[in-house]
Amino acid sequence: MSTLAVHDHGVESHDHDHEHHHHDTFLTKYVFSQDHKMIAKQFLITGITMAFIAMTLSILFRIQLAYPDKTFPLLHTLLGRFAPEGRIDPNFYMSLVTIHGTIMVFFVLTAGLSGTFSNLLIPLQLGARDMASPFLNMLSYWAFFLASVIMLSSFFVQKGPASGGWTIYPPLSALPKAMPGSGEGMTLWLISMVLFVASSLMGGINYVSTVLNMRTKGMDLWKMPLTIWAFFLTAILGVLSFPVLVAGVVLLIFDRSFGTSFYLSEIVVQGQVMPFEGGSPILFEHLFWFLGHPEVYIVIMPALGISSEIISTNSRKPIFGYHAMVYSLIGISVLSFIVWGHHMFVTGMNPFLGGVFMITTLIIAVPSAVKTFNYLATLWRGNIRFTPAMLFAIGLVSFFISGGLTGLFLGNAALDINLHDTYFVVAHFHLVMGSAAIFGMLAGVYHWFPKMFGRLMDEKLGYLHFWLTFIGAYLVFFPMHFMGLDGVPRRYYAFTEFPSMARWLSVNVFITWAAIMSGVAQIAFLFNFVYSIFWGKKTTQNPWGSNTLEWTAPVEHLHGNWPGEIPTVYRWPYDYSKPGHHEDFIPQTVPYSETMSSNLSHDFEDNEAGLEAFKKWQIANPPREEVK
Amino acid sequence: MAFKNIFRFKTLSAAAAMLLFGTATAMAQTAPAAPAAADGDSAMWIGVGYYVLLFVLVAIIVGIVGKILRVYDLTSQIQGKKPINWNNIMGILFIVFLIAGLYGAYWEFTVQGTMTLPEAASKHGVDIDNMFMVTFGITVIVFVLTQICLFGFAFIYRGSDKRKAYFYPHNNTIEKIWTVIPAIVLTVLVITGFFTWKTITNSNDVKGDMPAMNIDITGHQFAWEIRYPGKDGKLGAKDYKLTTATNKIGVDFKDQASFDDLVADTIVLPVNRPVRLNIIAQDVIHSVYMPHFRVQINAVPGLPTYFKFTPTITTMDMRSRLDDGKFEYLLYCNKICGGAHYNMQKIVRVVTESEYEAWLAHQKPYLNDALKKELKMVDANQPQAPAQNRLALNN
Repeated sequence: MSTLAVHDHGVESHDHDHEHHHHDTFLTKYVFSQDHKMIAKQFLITGITMAFIAMTLSILFRIQLAYPDKTFPLLHTLLGRFAPEGRIDPNFYMSLVTIHGTIMVFFVLTAGLSGTFSNLLIPLQLGARDMASPFLNMLSYWAFFLASVIMLSSFFVQKGPASGGWTIYPPLSALPKAMPGSGEGMTLWLISMVLFVASSLMGGINYVSTVLNMRTKGMDLWKMPLTIWAFFLTAILGVLSFPVLVAGVVLLIFDRSFGTSFYLSEIVVQGQVMPFEGGSPILFEHLFWFLGHPEVYIVIMPALGISSEIISTNSRKPIFGYHAMVYSLIGISVLSFIVWGHHMFVTGMNPFLGGVFMITTLIIAVPSAVKTFNYLATLWRGNIRFTPAMLFAIGLVSFFISGGLTGLFLGNAALDINLHDTYFVVAHFHLVMGSAAIFGMLAGVYHWFPKMFGRLMDEKLGYLHFWLTFIGAYLVFFPMHFMGLDGVPRRYYAFTEFPSMARWLSVNVFITWAAIMSGVAQIAFLFNFVYSIFWGKKTTQNPWGSNTLEWTAPVEHLHGNWPGEIPTVYRWPYDYSKPGHHEDFIPQTVPYSETMSSNLSHDFEDNEAGLEAFKKWQIANPPREEVK
Repeated sequence: MAFKNIFRFKTLSAAAAMLLFGTATAMAQTAPAAPAAADGDSAMWIGVGYYVLLFVLVAIIVGIVGKILRVYDLTSQIQGKKPINWNNIMGILFIVFLIAGLYGAYWEFTVQGTMTLPEAASKHGVDIDNMFMVTFGITVIVFVLTQICLFGFAFIYRGSDKRKAYFYPHNNTIEKIWTVIPAIVLTVLVITGFFTWKTITNSNDVKGDMPAMNIDITGHQFAWEIRYPGKDGKLGAKDYKLTTATNKIGVDFKDQASFDDLVADTIVLPVNRPVRLNIIAQDVIHSVYMPHFRVQINAVPGLPTYFKFTPTITTMDMRSRLDDGKFEYLLYCNKICGGAHYNMQKIVRVVTESEYEAWLAHQKPYLNDALKKELKMVDANQPQAPAQNRLALNN
C-alpha cells in the first residue's frame, strides 16, 4: 500500500513563481483574489449570508402556517404589498417556499459547501500551491456572486420572485398568466441559475483537474483523505449533471420568450386556448431530475467526506473501512445518475419505468448503509474528543440515519403513491440532505476555522449552538412525517380549508416555534464566527492533532501555502492511535523509517524493499510486552 | 487583519446599543404626536421592541452564565480542583438525548401516529398498507439500533487522557456482513414493492371482474370538473381547442357518445366496482390525490393519465368506523399549481349500487341549453355540420 522509498510521481515544479512577492492591494487581496484560501472564504461568507436569508424566508412562511388567521402588522411594514394587512399573500407564500428551496439547495449547500471546502482543502490536503487554474476559480466565485445578487433582486420586481416551487415545473413556470411569480421573477430565476451553473462548472472542472494533476509527491489516490475523495466525486457529478439543467432551462427560456413548445401542449389558461402543441412537461421533469437527483448527492457527499475526516480525527481512530468508504462513495456517484425517475413515479411516466427506477433507488441504499455502519464502527472504542465540529459530525450521522430510512418508503413506487408531495417528503429530505448537509458544513466551519482565519472559535458557544440546532431540527422535522402520513400536502398556504387538516394546526404552531428557536440559535453561531475572526484565541499550527497535510502549512497564509518545498507524503491520512507510537497521531508527512516501532507488515503491501527492511528490523527488535 | 481597525468590538456594540435605544426613544417620542391611525403602528413597534429586548435579555443571560461558568472553573482550578470536563458533559448529554429522543419518538408514534389516515378504502390500498407496515417494521428496528449505537458509543467512548483509542482500520468480514444484509433486506423490499406496483398500475381489466367504469376529471386553476358517461357508458371525445366558457372541458360533439354525458359536482362511486379515473389538466400540472384510497397521479397538460382502483368502504361505513358523522372522502390537488393550490378539493362519496343509480339519474347533462345555443343545435339529437360548428366557435 505505501512506500518507504517514495516513487517519483508526476510532481510539477511550480516553485519558481511564488518566490517574488507581489504586494496585494485591498482589491486584489479581498475582492478579486485568485488565492484559493481567500476564494474559499468568499464562498463561505456569501454562503452563510444566503443561508441566513433563506432561513428568514422559512421563518416567514412558518409563521403563516402556524397562524393562518392572524394578522401581523409588522409583516405589512416589512413586506408591503406581499403581505397586505399583515397576512402573507398566497402567491408570495409560494415565492417564499420557492426561493427558500432554491437558495438552500443551490446557493448554500452546493456553492457554500463545495465551494468553500473544495477550494480550501483540495490544494491544502493534496499538497498543491493553488488550484489548477486560479483565474477560473476567481471567475467561478464571481459568477456565483452575480447569480446570488440576481436571485435576490427578484424580490424587488413588481410581481415578486419566482413561485413555481424550486423544481419550476412548466407549464406553471412557463406561463406568466398562471401565477404572478412566473413573470419577471421567473426570468430572473432562470438567468441566475444559468450563471450559477456556469460557476459550478468552472469550479468543478478546476477541482477535478487539481485532484488528478497536482497531488504532491507520494500522494497517490489511495492516500487521499476521504474529504478529497468526496469533493472529487462531487465535482465529477456536478460537471456531468449541471449542463443538463442548463439544457432544460434554456428550452424553458425558449418556451417562455420565443413561442416554442418544448414543454407545452394542449393548454387552456383561464379559458383562453393557447397555440402550444406537441410538447411535454414530462420532458422537463426528466431533464430537471437528471440534475436534480445527482444534486442531492452533490449536497450530501462533501458533508459525508467532511464528517469522515472529523469523526476519525476526533475519535483518535482510523476511519473504519477506508476502502469501503471510497467504494461506497463511488457507488453512490454512479448510481445517482440512474435513479432520477423516483421523483416521477406518479407523474404519468410509464409505470414500467417507475418499477426500474425503484430497483436502482433501493440499491443506492446499500452503499449509504455501509457508510453509516462504518461511522459507527469508527466511534466504537474510540477516544472521543467532543469539539463542536465533532458534535456536528455526530449530529450529521444521526440525521443521515433518520432521513435515510424514510427514503426506503419514498423510493418504493407503491408506497410513494400516497406519500408523494406530502409532508413526509418534506421531513425526509430536510433531514437527510438539508439538516445533514448543513451539519456537515457547520462541522467543517468549526473544524477548519483555524486554518481559514488563524484563530479558534469559542467552544462553549459552539456547544450551545449545536444542542439548540440539533434538538430544534428534530422537533421541526420529526412531526412532519406524521402529517405526511395523514395525507397533508406540502406547499399548502393554509390548512384552514380542510377540516381534516385543521387538527394539525397545533402541531404547526409547535413546529414554527421550534424553527424560530433553531433560527435564533444561529445567531450564536454568527456571533461566534464574526467575533472569532477578529478576537478569537490564536491557534497553533495543528490544533486538533490531525494527520492531514493542511496542518503542516504555517498558520499565516502564504500565497503558495508552504514556504520552501511542498511536503512529501508517505502514508495514509488515518494513522491515529497506532499501537507502538508515542503519540496518538502520525501525520502523513512522517516516513515509515521514523516510526519503526509502530509499523505493521500491512503498511508495506506493495513495497517489497520496505517489507524486507521492516522484517529485518523486527528480527533485530523482538516484540516486547506492550507498555500501556 | 485590515478590517480589525474598522470594527472595534466595543465601538460596534456601543453603536448597536445607540441604535437600539435611539430608535426606542424615537418611537416613544413620535408615538404620542402621531394621529390615531398610527396607534396600530406604535403598538406593533412596541411588540417588536418587546421581542428584541427579550432576545437581548436571553443573550445577556447566556453571556452571564458563560462568564459564571468560567469564573467557577478558574476558581476551582486555583483551589487545585480539576477543571470542568466538557468532554464528559457532552458525552452525558448525548446519552440523555438518546433516552429523551427515544421516548419522544415513542410518544410521537403513539400520539401523532394515531392521527394518520384511516385504513385504506380501496382494494389495492390494503396491499400498500401491508407493504408500508413491513417497511415500517424494518426501518424502526434499524432506526432504534443505529441511534442507540451512535449515541451510546459517543457516551461510552468519550475521551480521556488515560487511554488510547483502539487501532482498528478495517475488518473485511464485518464489512461484507453489513453490505450483504442490507442488500438482502432491500432485495426483498424491492421485489415485493415491484410486484405491488405492477398490480396497482396494471390497466387491463382483470378477468371475471366487472369492467371499470370511466369517469373524467379535468383540473384547472383552481377547480376540478367531473364528467360521467351517460346511458351508453361511453365518454365522448374531447378536443382542447373547443374549450369555451360553456363548454368548459372542450367536449367534441361530433362524437355521438358525448351527447348523453353528465356533469357532476361530487364524485360518487358505487362500492366494490372498479373505477377508472381519466385525468386531464388544462393549464398547469395538477395532481389528483385521494389519500383515503391510496390514489395519486398527476394531471398533466397534453398527457392524459388515469388511475384504476376499486373503492371498498362506503362513506357511511367509514363514518361509523371512525365514529365521525362528518367524515368525507376527499380529492385534492397535490402538485403546486398556483396561488390557490391549497384549496382545490372535491368531495368523494362511496355509496351502494342502488344509491349510485338513484344519484346518477339526477345528474344534469353536459350538453345543457346554453351549450346547445352556442353550438346552434336545432335539436340535441342532430348536431350541425362540423364546418358550421367551427364557425360558431370562432365567434
